[in-house]
Amino acid sequence: MSSVHSAPRVVHTDDCADSLRALVGGDLLALVQAADEITLVVARDALIRVMEALRDGAQYQQLMEIAGVDYPDRPDRFEVVYHLLSVTKNHRVRVKVGTDEATPVPSVTGLWPVAGWLEREVFDMYGVVFSGNTDLRRILTDYGFAGHPQRKDFPLTGFVELRFSEEDKRVVYEPVRLAQDFRNFDFMSPWEGAQYVLPGDEKAKAQEQGAPTPAPAAPPPPKASEAPAPKVTTPKTTEHPGQTGAGKAANVAATEQSAAVKKPRAPRKTAAQKLAEAGSKPAPKPRATRKKSEDKA
Amino acid sequence: MSAETLEQTEKRQVVVGVDEDGIQNYTINFGPQHPAAHGVLRLVMELDGEIVERCDPHVGLLHRGTEKLIEYKTYLQALPYFDRLDYCSPLGMEHSYVLAIEKLLNLEVPLRAQYLRVFFAELTRICNHMLNLGSHVMDVGAMTPNLWLFEIREDCLNFFERASGARMHSAYFRPGGVHQDVPLKLLTDIGDWLDTRLPRLFEDAISLVADNRIFKQRNVDIAVVSKEDALKWGFSGPMIRGSGIAWDIRKSQPYDVYDRMEFDVPVGTNYDCYDRFMVRVEEVRQSARIMKQCLQQMPEGPIASLDRKVVPPKRGEMKSSMEALIHHFKLYTEGFHVPAGEVYVATESPKGEFGVYLVSDGSNKPYRCKIRPTAFSHLQAMDFMMKGHMLADTTAVLGAMDIVFGECDR
Repeated sequence: MSSVHSAPRVVHTDDCADSLRALVGGDLLALVQAADEITLVVARDALIRVMEALRDGAQYQQLMEIAGVDYPDRPDRFEVVYHLLSVTKNHRVRVKVGTDEATPVPSVTGLWPVAGWLEREVFDMYGVVFSGNTDLRRILTDYGFAGHPQRKDFPLTGFVELRFSEEDKRVVYEPVRLAQDFRNFDFMSPWEGAQYVLPGDEKAKAQEQGAPTPAPAAPPPPKASEAPAPKVTTPKTTEHPGQTGAGKAANVAATEQSAAVKKPRAPRKTAAQKLAEAGSKPAPKPRATRKKSEDKA
Repeated sequence: MSAETLEQTEKRQVVVGVDEDGIQNYTINFGPQHPAAHGVLRLVMELDGEIVERCDPHVGLLHRGTEKLIEYKTYLQALPYFDRLDYCSPLGMEHSYVLAIEKLLNLEVPLRAQYLRVFFAELTRICNHMLNLGSHVMDVGAMTPNLWLFEIREDCLNFFERASGARMHSAYFRPGGVHQDVPLKLLTDIGDWLDTRLPRLFEDAISLVADNRIFKQRNVDIAVVSKEDALKWGFSGPMIRGSGIAWDIRKSQPYDVYDRMEFDVPVGTNYDCYDRFMVRVEEVRQSARIMKQCLQQMPEGPIASLDRKVVPPKRGEMKSSMEALIHHFKLYTEGFHVPAGEVYVATESPKGEFGVYLVSDGSNKPYRCKIRPTAFSHLQAMDFMMKGHMLADTTAVLGAMDIVFGECDR
């Protein structure tokens, strides 16, 4: 696939990958070429040898970046990724080694002094130990911080929060208390990539594991009344309005029918009749009129 | 010094050694609250009199866990975090990130969008250098140029506001292009500004310091870094050019339409703080040159890719098209998925090489987004650059490094 993006264009010479392969030799575990970038996966023990060869033999003068990546499922869960730049060849290459929590990676501070802080950062964030780095302190997190925050099993919110305590007149650490749960929305489409069981879907599985489902009973014979209607050979059509059943004649017929069904309505009761029903008590006068009469009195 | 005075010594001054004359080296804290520390830098310095023997920068006081946060956000939601890294040149940070996404997606960006990006990236460079040059001269004692340069920076911020709606945190570059087109009036206004106001204010301000005796006394031959050292310590940007290496990613690994631009790469000859200052001064002129070329060449056309699986449709389209509405909904909830893979994309941000190492697992969120800050390698070299210099040179060295802690600490 040809690249159409407008990211920085790095020109590879044709024999670039081959010369790198020859340079690194037996220490190379894999050479990946993807997205216009070359990645060398090398053995951990051979890192210094490879880096020295790349710096002195292949003119990669600058170490621009060391990144850690965490893959908790792998036996060597951490990847330490070095990005090298050659300003003379105008080329970049990426070197990767794998490691776990306990195994140290040889430090490249002897080759590039800039590696000091970069390795400190990977140590701080992932807990990867670099043997040979004499100053492997934490760098970005707080003094006395516990844990390695970039690990995938470290929660986003962390474990402690800090506030200024008026009683102690200093900053105190306390366990994190969340007023609201962290809202991690799951936008994955359940039809494409979701790895979980949708609510209700577990029943489908449960059925398989349980007792065998008895075979359904034979369907009952159709009753005479429910027998299917005979097929119509000539379909009903409505050619002119008269066939619709609407019109004057239909209206007349409808009024006759409803008149026969409708009961005659009881005549409206007069006020005197209502009074008689309510008993001898006279109905109270309207408020306004009574007030008027009182004023007069 | 007797035991009594020792106790009276300020708590943060620690006596570390006494030589045969009874003169002690002592350790002081420079920062974290120091006006010339450009933010929250704590320098633990061991001094022999006024000579700096050792200098240990403590960073991380502004660490906000940006990289961790980005792993929990979709690609588009993660974009504004980049504005907040180097808050003095926000678009420079966004540029690396959107290019990294586009490289993973292999997404073509329309030409007008590329021009707009280069145009505003260069405006960002001017904006950034105005702050840095101004604060550098103020750190070594000159007040007036800073005020004049801030006038220019204010203009730049107003232009950003007119383009994106925000003065600093623009979130203007988007994967696939830019967020919205700019009005023609804005482009003509910037064109006028480049021709008249910028050169007048800028050259006036620089004429006050460039040949100034005091400014030269404070900067010439301070913190000389050889080419070899600059390479070893991973320098980039104006720092490596100040050390005499003509390395500019815009030239050597052009991105967007930088390959169509004509501009010069200034380099230093003495490799000192004064050279770094003058490299930035010249970069401002070159940036103005690039922006003028952009204005001349910028074509009409779409300002973002028309791939609706990445770039959301405009609101007007959503009113009449059901498909556009669905795309909009999906892109702003689930976001787009990026094919699995890894890229390292570095651009020439105003401060140097700003890189983004993006690892995707094929989902809608980055699996890992490592940010390569420019300040990290420069600040680390502080120790060897300061060795043997006077305490007062610290501010000049720091000023010439151009460090912003939002980016350094992430």
